[in-house]
Amino acid sequence: METGIQVVACTVEGEEYAIEIKRVQEIIRVLETTRVPSSSPYISGVINLRGMVIPVMDLRKRFGLPSKAPGETARIIVINRNNEMVGVLVDSVSEVIWLPAQSVETPPSGVSGANTEFFSGIGKLGSRLLIMLNLERIFEISDSVSSGRGLF
Amino acid sequence: MDMTQYRGMFLEEAQEHLQKLNEALLALEGSPENRAILDEIFRSAHTLKGMSATMGFNQVAELTHNMENVLHKLRNGELRSASGIVDLLFKCVDSLDSMINDIAAGGEGDLAVENLLLELKNLNDTESQAGKPSGSMSPEKRPSPGNPAGSAVIGQHIVTSIEFNEYEKNLIKQAIDQGFHCYHIVVPIDPRCVMKSARAFMIFKNMEAIGEIIKSIPPVQEIEEEKFDTSFEIILISIEPQETVRKGLVSITEVMEPDITVISRVFSSSLPADRADPQAIVSPPLRQVDSTDSTDNRDLGAARAQNLEKTKSEQGYTPAKAKASQTVRVDTTKLDNLINLVGELVINKTRIEQIGKMNQLPDLAETLEQMDRITTDLQNVVMKVRMVPIDTVFSRFPRMVRDLAKELGKDIELVIEGKETELDRTVIDEVGDPLVHLLRNAVDHGIEEPELRAAAQKPEQGRVLLSARHEGNNVVIEVEDDGKGLNPEAIKQKAVEKGILDADGAAEISDAEAVRLVLWPGFSTAEKITDISGRGVGMDVVKNKIEALSGSINIESSFGRGTKFKIQLPLTLAIIQALLVLIEDETYAIPLSFIAETTSVMPEQVNKIQDQEVILLRGGVLPLIRLNEVLQVQPTDLPKDEEINIVVVKNGEKRVGLLVDTLIGQQEIVIKPLGKLLGNIPVVAGATILGNGQVSLIIDVAGLF
Repeated sequence: METGIQVVACTVEGEEYAIEIKRVQEIIRVLETTRVPSSSPYISGVINLRGMVIPVMDLRKRFGLPSKAPGETARIIVINRNNEMVGVLVDSVSEVIWLPAQSVETPPSGVSGANTEFFSGIGKLGSRLLIMLNLERIFEISDSVSSGRGLF
Repeated sequence: MDMTQYRGMFLEEAQEHLQKLNEALLALEGSPENRAILDEIFRSAHTLKGMSATMGFNQVAELTHNMENVLHKLRNGELRSASGIVDLLFKCVDSLDSMINDIAAGGEGDLAVENLLLELKNLNDTESQAGKPSGSMSPEKRPSPGNPAGSAVIGQHIVTSIEFNEYEKNLIKQAIDQGFHCYHIVVPIDPRCVMKSARAFMIFKNMEAIGEIIKSIPPVQEIEEEKFDTSFEIILISIEPQETVRKGLVSITEVMEPDITVISRVFSSSLPADRADPQAIVSPPLRQVDSTDSTDNRDLGAARAQNLEKTKSEQGYTPAKAKASQTVRVDTTKLDNLINLVGELVINKTRIEQIGKMNQLPDLAETLEQMDRITTDLQNVVMKVRMVPIDTVFSRFPRMVRDLAKELGKDIELVIEGKETELDRTVIDEVGDPLVHLLRNAVDHGIEEPELRAAAQKPEQGRVLLSARHEGNNVVIEVEDDGKGLNPEAIKQKAVEKGILDADGAAEISDAEAVRLVLWPGFSTAEKITDISGRGVGMDVVKNKIEALSGSINIESSFGRGTKFKIQLPLTLAIIQALLVLIEDETYAIPLSFIAETTSVMPEQVNKIQDQEVILLRGGVLPLIRLNEVLQVQPTDLPKDEEINIVVVKNGEKRVGLLVDTLIGQQEIVIKPLGKLLGNIPVVAGATILGNGQVSLIIDVAGLF
């Protein structure tokens, strides 16, 4: 049997990204989001996922791209992170693709301006280039949260 | 065979047995000759041994096996339960606890216990030899059951377990006189046996074919209901030799090698007339051997005394009976799931209600009313399922207090009241640590050394009272000691030294306020730092923990007479009463337990003192906090009341006013965690889902102070 991985392909600002399907819990439409004060700037807020309150990370903000109100095609990809759900907001989700192992390359280093630290590889599928996301790196934001308590 | 699936069950049951062992050992310390307690300890150790051997945790099995040997001797009166032995058994239980924890963490429970094993073995060897000057055989070396000549030797140790009434005694006496044999048989059944009552029935059938069963322990009815552990005892009168009896038993599957003893004489019950205790007169007759050896006579006397002791002490101790109640063990995550689903149902019901209203569907409204009732009931039932008696926390304290008291050379009695009080699981899990802290404090700093107590004309035995009770929607837990109490002057002085108060402030505050100062961060009044408590961190940690649970803590102390800590906790952490408020267009929830009152003022009534906005409320100065600034709410052009709405919140004695735009109303809310990704968000205690499905944040009032 051919080795490879199944990924969910999504877009942010015209670029195609891929998230390994076994990390994905579900894909939902954008729900009403509640802002959380003093949280990380990459977090757009929390949503109600069938009775569960889960945070949503805006990939645009995480990649330092200009922020934009989510459009009609925007989706939240719900990721299982150590049994805790975390939503990832993307511009659109296109399809689930099978990526053969030999078509995945390590990300080129030294590409200026690119958020290479968030990438775990690049999948080539014909003329398409899918950037594999390193979710653990993307979720590493706890240090940016201020923890000051008390007002007086 | 793969045993991993049974691991969870094993761990839970093992924990239960460890707890039982701890409790029973404590009880044993109080009444060392109590047979019922010994029996229970033995049963627990035995069950643990069986369980762990089945699961392949050999170290646990080995240790419990050796404990069992010692316990066996205690039961037979070959060893006396001196405090040294109880201490050793406590150590064993501690090691077992570590082993079980190791297993829980994925290990095999293979901890180094060679020393303990050696101690147990030494105890087993030396004491049994010393206690047996006549050189008789130890129980392990009993002659084979087929050798009737051995029966004279067998019973040389006195077993105090069976009490015969006059009728039974006469029966046995007559039977023996007429040349029948009277056997005392302990029938062990394979612990893995699933139909113990069926096996018991077969045993009874086989035995009644060859003789007459005159007594069984437990009674026949309980045996039929399987109310016995892995063995039961019968007294059989038969003409058949011992070997026939044995064969009749071992021919039944799942019956293990029986322990058969010949009763050759029942000795008369007449006691000296000066024994005033009527209970003692009924109980003492025992089975005893026809040996007239002088050593045995001494033993007899001891046994009698032991028996007297026993009837007295047994009144105070009821061993935990094997519960036959119909319960199911459920994983807590499943319960949490259930709660989530119910919460979801409630939210969706509210949505349907809104749709019904919008489309004006009267039929739907009727059905929804029904649904409303059902969901409310469902929610109540689910909440009740999560309630656990606080005993699950309290039960480990007697042992802890005992150990601490012993270490410190103090004599302390821990009285527990209201252990059946029920609390939500989430609270139960969190409340243990603060209580440990308070109890340690009471034992270490509260209760004085016996000499000091005597000098202060107090009873030498100190008393620590731990109690729990319901008060409205709260649970109140109190830790009270009759120790030396807190010295308000010393506290004030220390507060000044630490810069918490200035000298003027110290002079002004009342003694009751001074006592509360120990809750300040970094405050410790202990004159010496001990291993047990008092490292400068302490009470403030307790206070923070309790407040994190939306509770409060208060201290009352009377110098020289004792201290009382009163903790108030909500029944559940999952659902709280909250006031919903609007700040611009965002809805926030403020827990009602923190709210003192709500009020409104005109803008011109707001004054400034040193850049701090305040208002005068009934003559007092109330500092204000603009929640929209703290929460960084974007200003909107929504119309606002001219009056300013203020929610007055309290934390201990302190009060502040929170400025909000609109008060929406009071509501029961289900608290949801924000998750790890968001980490610790200041001023936000969690989130909840409103009836319209929207997520609203809960304000962490304690964090505002």
